[in-house]
This record gives sequence, structure tokens and C-alpha cells, in this order.
Amino acid sequence: MRVGFFVTCLVDLMRPAIGFAAIRLLEAGGAEIFVPPTQTCCGQPGYNSGDRAGAIALARKLVGEFEACDYLVAPSGSCTGMIKTHYADLFRDDPAMLGRAEALAARTFELTDFLVNVLKLDAVPGTFTGTVTYHDSCAGLREMGIKQQPRALLARMPGVKLTEMTECETCCGFGGTFSIKYGEIATRLADNKCAQIAASGADAVVLGDLGCMLNIEGRLRRRGDSRTRVLHIAELLAGG
Amino acid sequence: MQIASMHFKERAHDNMGNAQLQGNLQKIKGKFVAKRRESLAELDDFEATREAARVVRQRALDDLDVWLEMFERNATTRGATVLWAETPADVNLHVLAIAARHGAGKIIKSKSMVSEESALDRAIEGAGRKVVETDLGEYILQINDYEPPSHIIGPALHKSKEEVSDLFARVHGTARKMEINELCLEARQVLRKHYLAADMGISGGNFFVAETGSVVLVTNEGNATLTTTLPDVHVAISGIEKIVPTLEDVATLMRVLPRSATGQSISNYVDVLTGTRGEGEFHGARHMYFILVDAGRSAVLASEVSEALRCIRCGACMNHCPVYQNIGGHSYGWVYPGPIGSILTPSYIGLENALDLPQASTLCNQCGVVCPVKIPLPDLLRKLREQQFARRLRPWPERAGLRAWSWLALRPRLFGALTRIGVRMLRWLGGRDALIHRLPLGGGWTEGRDMPAPAGRTFRELYAGRRADGAGR
Repeated sequence: MRVGFFVTCLVDLMRPAIGFAAIRLLEAGGAEIFVPPTQTCCGQPGYNSGDRAGAIALARKLVGEFEACDYLVAPSGSCTGMIKTHYADLFRDDPAMLGRAEALAARTFELTDFLVNVLKLDAVPGTFTGTVTYHDSCAGLREMGIKQQPRALLARMPGVKLTEMTECETCCGFGGTFSIKYGEIATRLADNKCAQIAASGADAVVLGDLGCMLNIEGRLRRRGDSRTRVLHIAELLAGG
Repeated sequence: MQIASMHFKERAHDNMGNAQLQGNLQKIKGKFVAKRRESLAELDDFEATREAARVVRQRALDDLDVWLEMFERNATTRGATVLWAETPADVNLHVLAIAARHGAGKIIKSKSMVSEESALDRAIEGAGRKVVETDLGEYILQINDYEPPSHIIGPALHKSKEEVSDLFARVHGTARKMEINELCLEARQVLRKHYLAADMGISGGNFFVAETGSVVLVTNEGNATLTTTLPDVHVAISGIEKIVPTLEDVATLMRVLPRSATGQSISNYVDVLTGTRGEGEFHGARHMYFILVDAGRSAVLASEVSEALRCIRCGACMNHCPVYQNIGGHSYGWVYPGPIGSILTPSYIGLENALDLPQASTLCNQCGVVCPVKIPLPDLLRKLREQQFARRLRPWPERAGLRAWSWLALRPRLFGALTRIGVRMLRWLGGRDALIHRLPLGGGWTEGRDMPAPAGRTFRELYAGRRADGAGR
């Protein structure tokens, strides 16, 4: 099984360790990993900001890079949601590309979904001990149906106790360029999220998307909370 | 209504700093969100019902002209007069002409958001006639010098009980009441006199039924029933998109409308008003008028955001919107707030007059998930963003930045080289705690949050390095 690994631009630039953690998990499940060396961005920033032409060009590039693989897997609900639910819109007037994009979309998986439902990973190597709370990212939850998968994986870690925060499905306020254009509103939403994380009493907030991760961690630290850890689910599952 | 959508950011800022308002906004989650969830559990299959509701509304829009003409025929046959308003100003002209024709000096009115578009109340008063809002929320706003509504079904949602107590005591000249029951009773006593003295009643219209020529009103206070049946003249105003082909269709929509709006299985009142009072009938208006309002709707129907016209005005999208929940309806600056307002407002008043609204969403899609007629709200916001980008209605640095990003991301070697430099610089900026407290060009972020610094090496360079090491061994 040849799995094309799409690291996503944010993991590539901000947290490469998450990419390697994801690869370790995929390999533990028996996948053969292929990382297209020319990969960059799925086109979502342009798509969500009105630059349709830019988004189409990047989508075309990505489809070409990954379509030879059996699967495309990425450690992000947002980027896989882009490929799976929005590429069809980008190529609605281009039947040839539409067919190729839809074929790839059908084989595109968010990391935890792939680990649970395709690789059926039984054991995870991570050894984290402590209480965690899980933040459901918007695209992962509402575009990709990621809800039980990360929780099922956390349940396979004996040292991890999951304590759900209230409103774990509410947006953290990231929203891509929204987080800069409407920084004050984004900060307020992040602040609400931080308060809920704090109220859960968890040692760490775990999540599956870099955007939420940077937003929540950024607000936690500015609030003066240097204790609560912010972890991508891949890091937690793969261990050190 | 006066347009203030260009002041979105300042208003959102003020509203987030208004402790009283923030407290009042907390009502949304208990009052609307939780109750909606409970009431939907009564349905055997919400998703299937929702799909049926979508189909009903879409069928109405697909052949809107046919249904409108059928409505006009059937309403006219039953003695009503159907008038068409191409612009908001036409709505006011029609209403004033009807009032003049019947010598209506005193007019009562139940809730109509369409009439807010044309500031109808002020036009009526400007013409020397008296108008009294009878929906409790609208009444509160009217006596507070026509304060704009902040929510489409709870127009005075932004006000607390205490604020209403003060207002009633001041305007009615009565002792200050502390309990909601007492306030309601006081409003009822004041309004009852107006009902009995009114010459004409104006209502909105939740649905106009093509096969019968009826208007359907969905309310909880009973005020619409009194408004439309006590005076001799009834004028129902609504947008042309509010038409539905059959009463059967209304039944389908009523399964999702009250549940999505207030979490009720059914609203306290559902009025179906058909034709003028006939021989031997005890009640009903003797003169009935329908004003069907375009005011931008036919243009929306022909546009790529036409699905927004399926809206049945339940308010679920705003109730569930994390942005709305924190900034309140007044931030949006016109009649319709929240996600649906961020589509309708630019569509009705012009994209250039509401530049922030299509952008003022994280696209979290909570609105799209709860919408009872499956309007893909984030997709439609994105369409408006595309129009803004194409029409250069976004600041040039933003457009240049986006173009630069895709240009660079299409050139993997250059992308790799520049990002390797970029992440090292940002890592250095992050200092010992690996947090960037002030980001050049990213002040919007670092004003309220730190930016966690990148690790300092990109995944692509590290992965290429490991592959090279592996190959060398």
C-alpha cells in the first residue's frame, strides 16, 4: 500500500516533527510512505480569500503529485477537507481535471481517520501520561467527520485520560487569514477556548490541525499559561 | 434602515468591550442552541426532513415567476390586492397610498424584517400617521427611539430585563417592574388600546402560499393575529422569495422552522390568512393587500449566491455562529446579521458597502450544519470573497500577498529555498521562549496572541536530508 504523505505547508514550515511523527504512525500500520518532494500548499489560503485562479493552479499541481499513490494522507482535517470537499468546485468547469480530482478525493484521508479505518492500527507507540482534552477542528469535524477517530486512538494509550471540555466543537477563531484580518475577534474566540481548556483541568489540549494549534497556543501563552501543553495528535500517538 | 456595515470592525470592538451586552449575549446558548438541539431530537429523521425542506424551498425558487403569478391570481380571486415593490422605497409608497385610501391615521404592525429594509415605520410617521409595533421585542426597540434590531427573531435580544424595566418606567411613566411577567403584562395593557383603536394592520409574511393566495404567519405572542384581524385593513409585506407552492409545503417547512428558531415543536400561533372577510364571517380584514418586495432579490436569484434565498429566517445560523455570539447583531450594521446577513446584506445594498461582511467569518461551517434548508453558507461567503478579489474590493497588500503565495508555492525549489530562510529568521525572532510577541506585518495576530515560532528547519529539508543519509549508508 503506497501512501502519499502530504505534510501540509503549516507542518512543513512550523512543526516538522509532526510530519515525522505522522510518518512513524503510518509506517507502524504497514504503509509504504511516499513524500512527493515538490509538494507545497493545497491552495486553501487562496480559495478561502477569493483568489480562485491561484487555488486552481495549486490544486492542479497537488493532484498531479499525488494521483499515482493508492492514498493521500495528511495530518490535517483542514487540508484534506480542502482536497476532498472543495477541489470539485475548483474544477467544476474542467471535466478532465474534475475526474482526476474526484478520483484523488475518494482516496484522501485525514491522518487519524486513516489510522483507525484503513490501517486499523491496534497499538500506538506513544507513552504520554496525563489528562488531555481534545479540540475538534472545524474542517476535520464538519467536512471530514473526524470525531471518534482521534478519541479511539487516545483510548489505546493507557496513560492518557481524556476529559472533554465544554464546546469542544466550537471554532477556536483561527479561520486562516481571518485570524490576522480580524485579530481582535479571533483572539476573543481563542480566549473562550482557552477558558474551556483551563476549566477542563487537562494537562494538554490535543488537536489535529496546525491552524488551531498556533492560535490556541498563542493565546494560552499570552494569557500567561505556560503550563498547558498544546499537542498535535500525531505527536502524542507517536511519542518521542 | 441606515447602512452601517462599513463600521463592522469598530462596532465589533465596542460590542466585545460592552460587559452588559456580553452578558446579554450569553442567553443565546441556553435559549436557542440548547433548545433547538432538544427539539430536533423529537424528529425521527432530522436530516431527511431537512432535505425535504431544502427541496421545497428550492422548487419555489426554481420556478419563482410561475408561483408568484399563481399567488397573484389566487389572492386576487379571494378579494385581496397584490402589489409589487421593486425597491424598498416602493414598499413605503404602497403602504402610504393604502393608508391614505382608507384614511388610516393609526396603524399597528406585527414583526416584519422586510419593512426594516425600507425603514417603513419612520416613513409612516414622517407622513403624519401613527404606527405602533406590537411584537414585544420590536415594541421595545420602537419606544427606544427606533433602535435597530440585533437578531431576526429576537430583535431585542441584546437587551437585559433591567434595561427594559428602565425603558418602560421612563416611557410609560409607570412604577419600575422587576419581573418579566409584570413587564409583559404592562406591554399587553399598553398595546391592547392600540389594537382596538387601529385603522390598519401591517404584518410580515413567513410564507406566501401560491395555491391558495394565503399568507402564513408564525408567531408566539398572538400579536400578529390581533394585528391582522381586528383592523379593517390588513397589509402583508414580504420578499418575493417567501413564496411556497402549496400548503403541504408549509407543513414540511413548519417541521423545521420553529424547532430551528426557538426549539419549539410548533410556535404558539400559526395564522393562515386567506382572502378578505366574506359574507357571514366573524372576523378578518375587509380589505387585504399583499406587497411582494423585490429589492434586490431577483438579482440574487440570478447570481451565484441564489441559494441564500431559500432562507426561512429561523436565525439558527446566527445563534450558532461563534462570531455572532461574541460581537452581537448590531456589529453587522444592517437588517440581517450573522452568517445569512453577511450574504444578504452585501447582495442587497452592494458589495462595496459591506466589505467586511463576507470576510467576517472563520468559515467554521457551524451555520451550514444547522441551516434547516441546507444553505451552504460558507460556500456562498466564499463566492462573495471571489467577487471582492476579482473586483479589487480588497486592499492591495492582501491581494498581492495571496498572489505572491500561490506564485511561490507553484515553484517548489524557490519555495523551499525561501521558506528555509524564513523559518530560521522567525525562529530567531522567537527568542528563548520560542514565542514571537510582535510579528512584522502580523500585528493583527500578535496584538492579542503570541505567535509560536517555527522549529527552524522545514520538514522538506529535514526529510530530504534523511533520505540522503539513508541512501548514503
